[in-house]
Amino acid sequence: MVEVRVENVRKTYGRVEVLRGVSLNFRSGALTAILGPSGCGKTTLLRSIAGFIAVDSGRILFDAEEVSGLPPQRRGTAMVFQNYALWPHMTVFENVAYGLRLQKVPADEIRRRVLKVLELVEIGSLADVESRKPSALSGGQQQRVALARALVVEPKVLLMDEPLSNLDAKVRQRLRVELRRLQKQVGITAIYVTHDQEEALALADTVVLMDQGMIVQAGTPQDIYLKPATAFAAEFLGVSNQLEGDVSDGKLVVAGQSIPYTGAARGRVTVIFRASDIQMEEPSAPPRGGTVVLTGVLEESLFLGAHYRHYVRLGDGMVMADSPDLRRPGPVRLVLPADKVQVYGEHKT
Amino acid sequence: MSMNRRGLRMAGTVLAAVIIFGPLSSLVIWSFAEKWYWPHLFPQQVGLFYWSKVLQGDMLRALQSGFLIAVVVTVLTLVITVPLAYLLARTPIPFKPVILMIFLLPQAFPQLPVFVNSTTLLYRINQGGKFWGVVLIHMVGALVFAVWTMTAVFKSVPESLEEAAINLGASRLKSFFSVALPLATPGIIASTLLVFLYSLDEFTGTLLVGSPFILTLPVFMYRTSVGYELQVASISALLLMVPGIVLLILLERYMKSEYLSMFGRI
Repeated sequence: MVEVRVENVRKTYGRVEVLRGVSLNFRSGALTAILGPSGCGKTTLLRSIAGFIAVDSGRILFDAEEVSGLPPQRRGTAMVFQNYALWPHMTVFENVAYGLRLQKVPADEIRRRVLKVLELVEIGSLADVESRKPSALSGGQQQRVALARALVVEPKVLLMDEPLSNLDAKVRQRLRVELRRLQKQVGITAIYVTHDQEEALALADTVVLMDQGMIVQAGTPQDIYLKPATAFAAEFLGVSNQLEGDVSDGKLVVAGQSIPYTGAARGRVTVIFRASDIQMEEPSAPPRGGTVVLTGVLEESLFLGAHYRHYVRLGDGMVMADSPDLRRPGPVRLVLPADKVQVYGEHKT
Repeated sequence: MSMNRRGLRMAGTVLAAVIIFGPLSSLVIWSFAEKWYWPHLFPQQVGLFYWSKVLQGDMLRALQSGFLIAVVVTVLTLVITVPLAYLLARTPIPFKPVILMIFLLPQAFPQLPVFVNSTTLLYRINQGGKFWGVVLIHMVGALVFAVWTMTAVFKSVPESLEEAAINLGASRLKSFFSVALPLATPGIIASTLLVFLYSLDEFTGTLLVGSPFILTLPVFMYRTSVGYELQVASISALLLMVPGIVLLILLERYMKSEYLSMFGRI
């Protein structure tokens, strides 16, 4: 098990700074998800660790060994690609055996290890892996083979670049669970790049949120989800309502309504809260303590299966609130626990 | 409705057949005509006289040297183009558009002046009327085909497939031979066949550079038809078509069976 350390890594393409001084520790034996919107630098970071991209400055270390100068062949990482990158002219067996053949492992040992790892990733019937080409398999199975191909060489670090993005929703959900099980079973240090926040939260021990070539926040999935560090983090993680507000004299004014505020931010702020944290009441109900109360007009409700999503007009803005019951349009009171309302100062994103 | 459509289809097929085979049929008739004077619609006397004459004489020599030249041109083109196209497709080498443009340049000008100039140049380096001179002039055209098509072929092999190999420890060379080359093979074969046919059929350059010592089939055909031996010209034209047809059938067969589908799946 190897700990991966990235120290102040920078990379520039032309005039675009893709990585702007990234420093990170990837805990050994843990699965770390790098999460962010497209173009945030997450794939560049992953490919720098694999050695496909030479960084401009900074260091990358596997335990104590600095690998920044090593070619990809000598880093001992194994990568799983978004498009599987299986070789269509080789059989499933040959695909998986490739790495071992490069290492000149004896044929009978190759056979044993390939079949073992194919069993591990649950490829199904092992009988015809020596005659079937990858194209005869479904997308989900192809990605299992790709995973087997990466694991069979017992790499120091497993790198995954949006491995589930090309699969349909159901297969994706199932493979997500299995990936996590496998990673724990093998106990390998894994780095997983994704733009899907749900996937990152579900899979990872640690989630690293990136934006514009920098790390916004790193922490456990729970930390990231419940205590987003910036307005960007809050917005990127889940359905949220975002309103412009103003803080002065210990009061926060949102959509013309004043609510108590004791935080540090002053002046223009961004107020963020989740649709699922809102409770709706009749405007005539008696007020409760420890809560933030806003009044608006319910305009529309959509049935989403698990719950209704209500659209409530609040001044110029629109707020989404989820609840299990259908409500009649009209004036409504939105009640939020005070600690679920996040207020961020001017420097948004 | 369906009757109508079928009728239309049949008429179309017949029309296409006439357009394709009509002119060819006169070649066939001419090749067997021993005596054919105006105003007769068909030859007064048919026979195998010219066929046997041709098959004993210069034509076989022309066929032979034409084939030899085509083989040499194809092999040399492959040796140069495969690595070059791979580099062009994979690495950010500087002046890539310029390099590709240089190969296209001879085609951008009218062929005749290009060939005439090349001929004087080749005579100056003592390659006029020689085997290698003809090979060189063929390669001017062959390289254009090959570099452009093979660059596209290598580009169509996703880079991630090679990255996967390199990531597992393969050297650049190993990944080329075990991944890029096998996957590019159908495309390479296709462009090889085209180069071979191009060289076999090339006329202008061969005539200018090779005459009078190097004789290929097109040049031979030209000479005989200028000499009003229409029978001999017809026979050589027919023979010249054979390799083209055979190779194109092969090409289609080969591409169809397995690889075309793979090309589309990238």
